[in-house]
Amino acid sequence: MSETLHAVTIEVNGKRREARVSARLSLVDWLRDELRLTGTHVGCEHGVCGACSVMLDGEPVRSCLMYTVQANGHKVTTVEGLAKPDGSPSVLQDAFCETHGLQCGYCTPGMLIAAQGLLDSNPDPTEEQIRDAIGGNLCRCTGYQQIVEAVRLAAERTKK
Amino acid sequence: MKAAPFEYHRAASLAEACALLAEHGDSAKLIAGGQSLVPMMAMRLLRPSWLVDINEIAALKFVRTERDAFVTGACTRQCVIERDGTLAARVPLLRQALAWVGHVQTRNRGTVGGSLAHADPSAELPLVAQVLGTTMVLRSTKGPRTLHAGQFFTGPMSTAARADECLEEIRWPLWNGKRNGSAFTETAIRHGDFAMVAAAAQVALDADGLCTRATFGLGGAGGTPLVFPDIGMRLVGSRLEDEAIEHAAAGAAKETDPGSDLHATKEYRRHLARVLAGRVLREARDRAVGTP
Repeated sequence: MSETLHAVTIEVNGKRREARVSARLSLVDWLRDELRLTGTHVGCEHGVCGACSVMLDGEPVRSCLMYTVQANGHKVTTVEGLAKPDGSPSVLQDAFCETHGLQCGYCTPGMLIAAQGLLDSNPDPTEEQIRDAIGGNLCRCTGYQQIVEAVRLAAERTKK
Repeated sequence: MKAAPFEYHRAASLAEACALLAEHGDSAKLIAGGQSLVPMMAMRLLRPSWLVDINEIAALKFVRTERDAFVTGACTRQCVIERDGTLAARVPLLRQALAWVGHVQTRNRGTVGGSLAHADPSAELPLVAQVLGTTMVLRSTKGPRTLHAGQFFTGPMSTAARADECLEEIRWPLWNGKRNGSAFTETAIRHGDFAMVAAAAQVALDADGLCTRATFGLGGAGGTPLVFPDIGMRLVGSRLEDEAIEHAAAGAAKETDPGSDLHATKEYRRHLARVLAGRVLREARDRAVGTP
């Protein structure tokens, strides 16, 4: 059986992308397999681990829980879109490196998206607010402490 | 691709969504936030032939205060309700419950109506709907139909909504008295996971501190969220002393019919039901007492 293909236009990291996709293609699979934006990771594929977090119209969502066709006409930001225009790491990304906020790196793109989403709406979060914001993202290496420190450090640096 | 193949249609209006449901009946499924539906389709627990997307219907996304109710569109996102200051003041129980619903990422996408229509017996929003006696307005090509929460929830993951109906709006009743208090709590393995048992309560006091209204309920303790109107009625006229609350909580726990699973036995869930029902009633009372 041939599946119907749907034409979509989606702005990804500021760039307009057009494609024809099957309705059941998840957003994360499209980003990784077709756009080759492999920074966004696939973990559980049913909305538990948070590794696939991206921003949809500026708000963190799980890209495994959306079909690509649903993003038609919307803006998506992936971890590749967080870097500065010259390609160097953002303040938050630098902070993750400095505080050892990552080890194996699998959860990191999702953590960065979740944390950036928090800082965009709340530039000076408390530790509790940081923990709440990353509560939907699993990390099996760091014990979370250094991630919380990274977000605090980024907040302090952005304030200055 | 994990889901089975399906035909996708993005509805531009409620009328169009209803027409598609009327045409395809049981083989069609509505998708709102998709935070429960997409995983179920990924695991192929559900394989609808048609998916009707209502995310782009602007008329289903609103919040509005009326004289006796706070009204939310069925496709209003949970994060919008969470951030609404007016709502937090008028229906505090809703925001108290939302703090327990999933995570930031799922609340950014998940909708109020989707959670109600999914009708997971351990979910927070269906419990609040039962406790407050919320009404749902459903729409089909034949017209609107209004159902009370007690009629709407019929069993685990099942509601009285027909295959050709779309949830249109949800009417959360306002308590217009001055001294109200509410509380929500739950026990789960981790914050954001499914509740083993959840409890919610709302009470009203008169100027002398006597209870004029009390409603409370339990989630995860039966096939639907449970509410205990008769027990609540017996609290009216009391000062909601600890003993009266303990008695009410124990009575409610006795009426529950929880299941056992890997995480908690039936006995443990019933124990939680009593403890958590007592806790939310006391917290609701203390908040009402603290109101000038």
